[in-house]
Amino acid sequence: MLLCALSIFGIVVLIASELVLRSDLAWKAFGIHFFFNAETDSYTHLPLYWDPVNGHFSALPFVYGTLVSSFLALLLAVPLAVGVAIFLTEMCPRALRGILAFLTELLAAIPSIIYGFWALAVLTPLMREYVNPLLVKYLGWSGFFADDNPTGLGFTSAAIILAIMILPIISSLTREVMVAVPHSQREAVLALGATRWEMIRMGVLRNARIGIVGAIILGLGRALGETMAVEMVIGNTPEIHRSLLANGTSMAAVIASEYAEAVSDLHRSALTEIGLALFVVTIIVNALARVLVWAVTRGTPARLA
Amino acid sequence: MNTGAQTIRTGVRDWADRTVTFLAIAATVIVIAPLLAIFAYLLFKGAASLNLDFFTKIPLPPGESGGGMANAILGSGILLGIASVIGVPIGIGSGIFLAEFGRGTRLANAVRFTADVLNGVPSIVMGVATYALVVSPHIKWLPFVGHFSAMAGGIALGIMMIPTITRTTEEMLLMVPNAVREAALGLGVPNWRSVLSITVRTASPGIITGCMLAFARVAGETAPLIFTAFGNNFWSTNLNEPIEALPLQIWVYATGPYEEWHRLAWAGSLVLIVLIVFAVSLVRFVTSRGVLKGNS
Repeated sequence: MLLCALSIFGIVVLIASELVLRSDLAWKAFGIHFFFNAETDSYTHLPLYWDPVNGHFSALPFVYGTLVSSFLALLLAVPLAVGVAIFLTEMCPRALRGILAFLTELLAAIPSIIYGFWALAVLTPLMREYVNPLLVKYLGWSGFFADDNPTGLGFTSAAIILAIMILPIISSLTREVMVAVPHSQREAVLALGATRWEMIRMGVLRNARIGIVGAIILGLGRALGETMAVEMVIGNTPEIHRSLLANGTSMAAVIASEYAEAVSDLHRSALTEIGLALFVVTIIVNALARVLVWAVTRGTPARLA
Repeated sequence: MNTGAQTIRTGVRDWADRTVTFLAIAATVIVIAPLLAIFAYLLFKGAASLNLDFFTKIPLPPGESGGGMANAILGSGILLGIASVIGVPIGIGSGIFLAEFGRGTRLANAVRFTADVLNGVPSIVMGVATYALVVSPHIKWLPFVGHFSAMAGGIALGIMMIPTITRTTEEMLLMVPNAVREAALGLGVPNWRSVLSITVRTASPGIITGCMLAFARVAGETAPLIFTAFGNNFWSTNLNEPIEALPLQIWVYATGPYEEWHRLAWAGSLVLIVLIVFAVSLVRFVTSRGVLKGNS
């Protein structure tokens, strides 16, 4: 039993060491500039980020794509998730609560590939026909919604499907944290004559805020590493555009689409280094989130997440 | 007794309360509606596409209609079999350690934390690590090493099962009342015996469903298989050769240009969904019905 438990440490160490070892080539060739490099072509003055065949390697468009799609997804998901958690813990009738909790559990378990397929079949046509034209018409002046992508793919579509995917995890963890707030807190605020919203705000949210931040960070961790659904709808072009409707790509997506057919050892090594970066970032993000959630829920009995 | 100002203030507070109630309900509806839509769409599309050929035939050349994913289903079965052989013993073992032998120790906390963090590592990174570990080294005397193979895919999935099984096993064991442990120890049974024959046995329905859940989760994983199991359009049972898996096949077919491919991909998605619904319901049933508390 002890051996089994220790093997978990072993696995993490093994993964880390393999990733470091295999990305050595790219690290030696580019160093830390790998993540910030932005060469421009001397003739066309267009940026040259990623062209493995001609030996241009810069992870900048992938980092950009991952960050933009993940934060956009959080922006969409967090208010909704917290709303759902408030409804489930403080307002919902008991019978409905069980059904909704079951549904969230189910949705968290649906494979990424199926969300991606759905997004490809339903979401992108919807975006192309209805949502994108509206965004361009009313928000086009900001420069973030340019009318130059007729496919319906791109950052916005990726962010929406990501938001749908991380919603269950954020809302179920937020709920867990809110449930962990002792009832005496609620009763105390109610006894002072507070309305229900004031009770939620002062009695529950204020006590649970650290845990809620933890839940959000955990959702971010999921979004950063999400691969298949994003790969299917983000467009897979290693470019940086200001427009959120433009095609892009993400760190996880580029590994999924190029790793098996890498053109050179350097190419594969560069992709491994992107994987290593993803590994390190998700480990930090997850560790942080666990610490925050644990700080609030400790002392309450363990439950299935 | 209310002054005018107080009345207004109360009105504002009531209004805020009602607004927030409305917003929370609206948020729930906004979240649940599209999710139900996804589910309904899947069932509708999948049920319309599923037929016997899907389970008995292998894929036809692109553009021809008909054919099925029988080889992918067999491949997924083989991959999951390998994954379970790796993931289940290690997962259950560490779960038992966390809940019974190491409970409350610093080591157990560290292991639990690591398992949680490992759970959050993106599946694509697992794929890259397995590629580096199994697929890329060229060592002549080691079997399965040096090329894409069913074994490599199984290893990637197996590693991914470990944290889930560890945590569910621990949680299921913690649900066993202490009185059961005390009764065993009170009869003079050594601790290891009490753990294996009493506690683990009491929690075994829960542990098994935990394994089912982990199984269902990795059954839908695509990212770690792309460059380990690699895919294969034909029947294969050789662990040394590339093998097809259901999610891989869905990926290829879903992003392909043919209507017929999409039809098969929907059918495949439905099969995965049914597996997952089954596993999640089973877990819910076992944890809610008090099976573990001896009330069954």
